Amino acid sequence: MELIRQDLNIDFLKRRRLFMGLSALLIAIGIVSLVIKGGPDFGIDFAGGLLIELRTKEPASTGEVRRILSEKGFKGAIVQNAWELGKASGHDFLVRMDLGEGKPEDLSQGARRALEDGFGKDKIEIRRVELVGPKVGKELQRKGTWAVALALVAILIYLAWRFEFKYSLGAVVALFHDVLITLGAFSITNTEIDLPVVAAFLTIVGYSVNDTIVIFDRVRENLKKYRRMPLADLMNKSINETLSRTILTAGTVFVTDLALFLFGGGVIHNFAFALLVGIVAGTYSTVFIASPVALFWEEKFGKKKLVPARP
Amino acid sequence: MKLDLKWRMAAIVLVLVLCIFFVMPSLVDDLPTFWKKNARKISLGLDLRGGAHLLLQVKAEEAVKNSVVLTAGDLKDILLKEKIRFARIEPKERTLEVVLLKAEQEGDLLNIVSRQYPGFRKLSSLPEDGRLKITFELSEEEAKRIRENAVRQAVETIRNRLDPEGVKEHDIVAQGEERILVQLPGVEDVEHAKEMIKRVALLEFKIVDREHSLEEALRGNVPPDSEILYTSKVDPRTGRRMRGDPILVKKQTLLTGDMLDQARVEFEYNMPRVAISFDSKGSKIFDQIAEANVGKELAIILDNTVYSHPVIKQRHYGGRAVIEGNFTPEEARDLVVILKAGSLPAPVEVEEERTVGPSLGRDSIQAGIVAGLVGSLAVVIFMVIYYGTAGFIADLALALNVLIIMAAMAALRATLTLPGIAGIILGVGMAVDANVLIFERIREELRAGKPFRQAVDAGFSRAFSAIFDSNLTTLIAAALLFQFGTGPLRGFAVTLCIGLVANLFTAVWVTRTIMDYLISQRRVVGVGISLASG
Repeated sequence: MELIRQDLNIDFLKRRRLFMGLSALLIAIGIVSLVIKGGPDFGIDFAGGLLIELRTKEPASTGEVRRILSEKGFKGAIVQNAWELGKASGHDFLVRMDLGEGKPEDLSQGARRALEDGFGKDKIEIRRVELVGPKVGKELQRKGTWAVALALVAILIYLAWRFEFKYSLGAVVALFHDVLITLGAFSITNTEIDLPVVAAFLTIVGYSVNDTIVIFDRVRENLKKYRRMPLADLMNKSINETLSRTILTAGTVFVTDLALFLFGGGVIHNFAFALLVGIVAGTYSTVFIASPVALFWEEKFGKKKLVPARP
Repeated sequence: MKLDLKWRMAAIVLVLVLCIFFVMPSLVDDLPTFWKKNARKISLGLDLRGGAHLLLQVKAEEAVKNSVVLTAGDLKDILLKEKIRFARIEPKERTLEVVLLKAEQEGDLLNIVSRQYPGFRKLSSLPEDGRLKITFELSEEEAKRIRENAVRQAVETIRNRLDPEGVKEHDIVAQGEERILVQLPGVEDVEHAKEMIKRVALLEFKIVDREHSLEEALRGNVPPDSEILYTSKVDPRTGRRMRGDPILVKKQTLLTGDMLDQARVEFEYNMPRVAISFDSKGSKIFDQIAEANVGKELAIILDNTVYSHPVIKQRHYGGRAVIEGNFTPEEARDLVVILKAGSLPAPVEVEEERTVGPSLGRDSIQAGIVAGLVGSLAVVIFMVIYYGTAGFIADLALALNVLIIMAAMAALRATLTLPGIAGIILGVGMAVDANVLIFERIREELRAGKPFRQAVDAGFSRAFSAIFDSNLTTLIAAALLFQFGTGPLRGFAVTLCIGLVANLFTAVWVTRTIMDYLISQRRVVGVGISLASG
């Protein structure tokens, strides 16, 4: 079976300004949303706080849970339905609270007791408690930022060693594109960034770049084959030749991640969401951003002769 | 060529056998003992089996301050005894101010301090209203030792309290300088565990029961008003306190630590011991006990561990007694801190808590299996439809890849977590990438008119650099994640890394070998396109 016809020759680069503009617009929307909301929406892993997942025997409502908590003095609690396969069961709830003044552990104990007393101890089940103190939250924030930054630097170094500057530049712009789009998507959909999401970001960073590398690998190969072809045509040819692979690989990873998103349960829901966005953005940027940026650089600052960095 | 192919196939079979050897114990319970001995079950993380993860912050500096306060108290006693006259002795954080009435006694004081409290250094001596104010400071090394001791002691005390018999799979370790990581698999009542951790140490005095036979009691016939407790001894190898011999004591608690007034370290023949004294009410009770039990042994019990059981020799103690228990000087000192503070050597606070109930753990495993099956099936079916026979071969390689991940997890004693399962599932999607690259390349070569065999050769060799690159970039990210990650997230990095490395073996090497084998049998391996179109 073949999805992509072999003689396919789409001119991806002709409308590169349009695609780059589209990406810039999407990123701008994301940034505006981030600015309006005052930065990314950090989950308790990074902001500190308390998260309780509870299951009630009898069906209940978020309002009921909120009322019980506020009667016991926990006023600022955010109560949500825990979504399972896109619908609320009516039995599962997520409660989130900020740390406040007292000791973190008193908050966790108090909120737990309030729920158990309010519903009756045998009427609910506390399925999950996550409590993160302010120090640990800051530490995780710092470590997470470092990990993503280091990953970017490591991949930059790798690219610089592996490719000529303009290609590295294209790959890196594509990389930032993917991370920014994903961040924006989190902000727009009000999805919290928790610890697993950082894992997703790192995976996106690794994944996005390898897609780009495959195309640039092909460009390098074709440069040797077709010495007189203009760079734009050569890139187009390379993108077309690898298009089938690009789509297939993105497809298989997307499908497995979709399975995680749909069936993997609430704990890794945000993680799977980040990857879904990241895979789509990564595939898009591989085709529509990375090569155009490299070409743009070549047209502006390039020498006439094109030599691959390494045979 | 033929021999080479045989060797390669033998290698694959060997890997397969090894993998099955390591994975089987996780799937089947009933295996021969030699098998079970050499291959363990894959251990599940707290997020899958349920349990509690607590990160405790030890306020170790408090132990340092306490130590200074204790020293101040001791020094008062000594100075009184030595007839060195002083106006006041005042502990201030890490410094100790002693105001002497007679400046000429400074030398005596310095002697005593340097002999008894080598951790203190003279900082200054200044005249103050005709008196002499001498300031001592606790050295940084000593403070560090106290802090480290406080953490170590806290780790052991917590271990002791949560699992006195030492049979549970608790994992309680110091992390960094002032933190303790407590992992309690299967524990449902976290609040109880936390109370146990923070509980005030219980000091009790009970009478040792020598009227009944200990052997008989150990066999299960414990006298109704007695109980079996254990002494504590120091393991000479590790230096850790561990459970010593059993001892039969009367259940009735005669006296508890709340009537304790003073506790301090004393030395007799260079053996450290802990001297305690009671308040007036405690003194009275203590003498009543002595009166009634002369000649019997009094068990001094801290947190249900018998630290010593001296014989009551006199009828009247006047509220003062001594605990001897083969202490090292540090332990004696720590015990004093515990007795005085009535709890851990330094207070602890819960900085992080992650509790997963057993039902959520089960649901997560379930969810992981469902997501894995759906995702893998989609990929596997797609590969066969798209690439035909070659796709089927890739699926076999994929299955081996997953098997290798599981076997490596078991062999390396790594912990499988929910993100770890996600890593395996995602890895399935990523692993076929290598085969997609190869097969697409083979198709191109076929279309260019190359004979099948050469097309396969070219496909594998030309795709390799791209495969290597793509695995490497993801590996870089995963390795950094391993560095950054805590607990469950590390599981993701681990399965992803193992999967990527195994991928080079399965997707490239194994697929190639199977294809070579089929070619050697003069069979054509379809790659999903009809050659006529190419």
